[in-house]
Amino acid sequence: MGSIRTSVLALAALVFALLVPQILSYYGEDYLIGSASRIAIYALAAMSLNLILGYGGMISFGHAAYFGVGAYVVGIASFHLFDGSTIFGFGGTDAALLSWTLAVIVSALVALVLGALSLRTSGVYFIMITLAFAQMLYFLFVSLEQYGGDDGVIMYNGRNTLPGLDLSDDTTFYYVCLAFLVAFTVLVALLIRSRFGKVLQACRQNEDRMRALGCKVEHYKLATFVLAGAAAGLAGALNGNHAEYVSPDYLHWTKSGDLMIMVILGGIGTLFGPIVGAAAFLLLEEFLPVLFDTANLTEYKEHWRIVFGPLLILVVLFARGGLLGTLATIGGRNER
Amino acid sequence: MSDSPVLQIVDLRKSFGALSASDNVNLEINAGEIHAVIGPNGAGKTTLVAQICGQLRPDAGTIHFNGQDITAVPQEKRPALGLVRSFQITSIFPDFTALENVMMAVQLHSGHSFHFFADAGKEPTLTGPALDFLRVVGLEDAAGNAAYALSHGQQRRLELAMALALQPKMLVLDEPMAGMGTEETNHVIALLSQLKESVTMMLVEHDMDAVFALADRISVLVYGQIIATGSPDEIRNNAKVREAYLGDESLADA
Ligand SMILES: Nc1ncnc2c1ncn2[C@@H]1O[C@H](COP(=O)(O)OP(=O)(O)O)[C@@H](O)[C@H]1O
Ligand SMILES: [Mg+2]
Repeated sequence: MGSIRTSVLALAALVFALLVPQILSYYGEDYLIGSASRIAIYALAAMSLNLILGYGGMISFGHAAYFGVGAYVVGIASFHLFDGSTIFGFGGTDAALLSWTLAVIVSALVALVLGALSLRTSGVYFIMITLAFAQMLYFLFVSLEQYGGDDGVIMYNGRNTLPGLDLSDDTTFYYVCLAFLVAFTVLVALLIRSRFGKVLQACRQNEDRMRALGCKVEHYKLATFVLAGAAAGLAGALNGNHAEYVSPDYLHWTKSGDLMIMVILGGIGTLFGPIVGAAAFLLLEEFLPVLFDTANLTEYKEHWRIVFGPLLILVVLFARGGLLGTLATIGGRNER
Repeated sequence: MSDSPVLQIVDLRKSFGALSASDNVNLEINAGEIHAVIGPNGAGKTTLVAQICGQLRPDAGTIHFNGQDITAVPQEKRPALGLVRSFQITSIFPDFTALENVMMAVQLHSGHSFHFFADAGKEPTLTGPALDFLRVVGLEDAAGNAAYALSHGQQRRLELAMALALQPKMLVLDEPMAGMGTEETNHVIALLSQLKESVTMMLVEHDMDAVFALADRISVLVYGQIIATGSPDEIRNNAKVREAYLGDESLADA
């Protein structure tokens, strides 16, 4: 990492990402811009999970909780503005600056509380307790009849508003998502080389040694948890806007699983792995069913996961370091 | 501080089920001495080290360090008091380079690590001292090597460099020479006798040459009990020690 090659590749990828709307419209496939936004959003969420999972070695199986809480903050704020009712005396808003900031703060607070409780355990217990907390939140939102229960909240006012930008325009919205992804990537790139990042990576390798060296391991793990929760909350807020709809599915454990798969698929503990993983995952999800059509297997289309599952296992078994690691190896260089 | 011991252990007890790993241990270690703790495998030496450094909580008894009762102080707070250990089973950061391993110790010694933006790898306040400590243990040539790829002896020395980087007042060394070749052992013996000027040491060691070369006093631990404490000569000639521990080894030439 940090090599000239990586920088050149990252820059090329960025230029490509910036040109995606133009490329799509050149081929007359403008409607796919929504998929591009989704990739940017999930890449942001997966990258935040990678901080915990990849760099920190904490196997959190409940990351969708923060994604969902961020989305619900935006959904609930929009709901009350439309409905004319209030929550805690607050009449709702569809201003992005306020709504998204709230989403980040609330999901960070939830991460602070759940992290402080979960980090008292380790190993399998940690996996189970993060999963359990996320499912608790899932059922909490299912039980909120006011916000549609199972069905969730439709944002009747449409996407949030941002001064000077029209978020209802899909291309503009894509660029906003991309800007957040790029900003967070830069933040993580700095973070993992900083003193804080070194501590995090050292804790993953040898926690006992860190304690013996005088490190208050829990403080750093919790801080990482909160940061990752905040970023996942932002991703959730963006996804709520993208879909103009928020539901308990955002917090379901399968969503946490999807995020984990993206991280592992792309390359766990690497800077760009989660982006590659999110792109691969969502593109496969979108186009595998189409391939079934092309192969005259339309009746099996809904079982596209039958292909996806084994594909995933192959990557995990044979492509150590995920897709990114494999690309690097093919390119004649070993990451890490 | 001059006449009271640096480390004072009183009536320490620790059991694992029916096994008494520390059976009423009393031990005083004075400022500036190298105090060796010897005893057969399974005597409870590592368990004692773990309690001194807070990795294990004793069942009963107290530990005072520089007059302060540290029995309940969490292990991560003890290095800041000046009490630092090394591990019998090498405990390093395998994916970091040798330099990064020591840099981590330097970094943790320098205060909290809530610094998010500056590249730690380029901070001279970390690399400079870390290189110095690698030099002290003779590992400067391997600074850029991944720690997992170092030889056993090099890893043992890295372990020591990390402990030194915390600038301890007292070092608790758990078999620092275990598995080292003669040349490396001699290097470490020379290093420890140099350090003696500035650091109090408790040295758990099986290598009797090293123990008798370095120790000012020796305590013998058998089945969780200290059966004797004294100067190397006293220990060498102690009947109980010979019977319980040194009996089958020739000490005449040690
Ligand atoms: N965590 C533990 N649980 C159970 N028994 C232990 C544990 N740690 C050490 N022991 C036992 O306590 C005794 C003392 O072990 P140890 O302190 O490692 O001895 P030494 O370092 O002198 O070889 C041994 O019999 C060992 O098996
Ligand atoms: Mg031992």
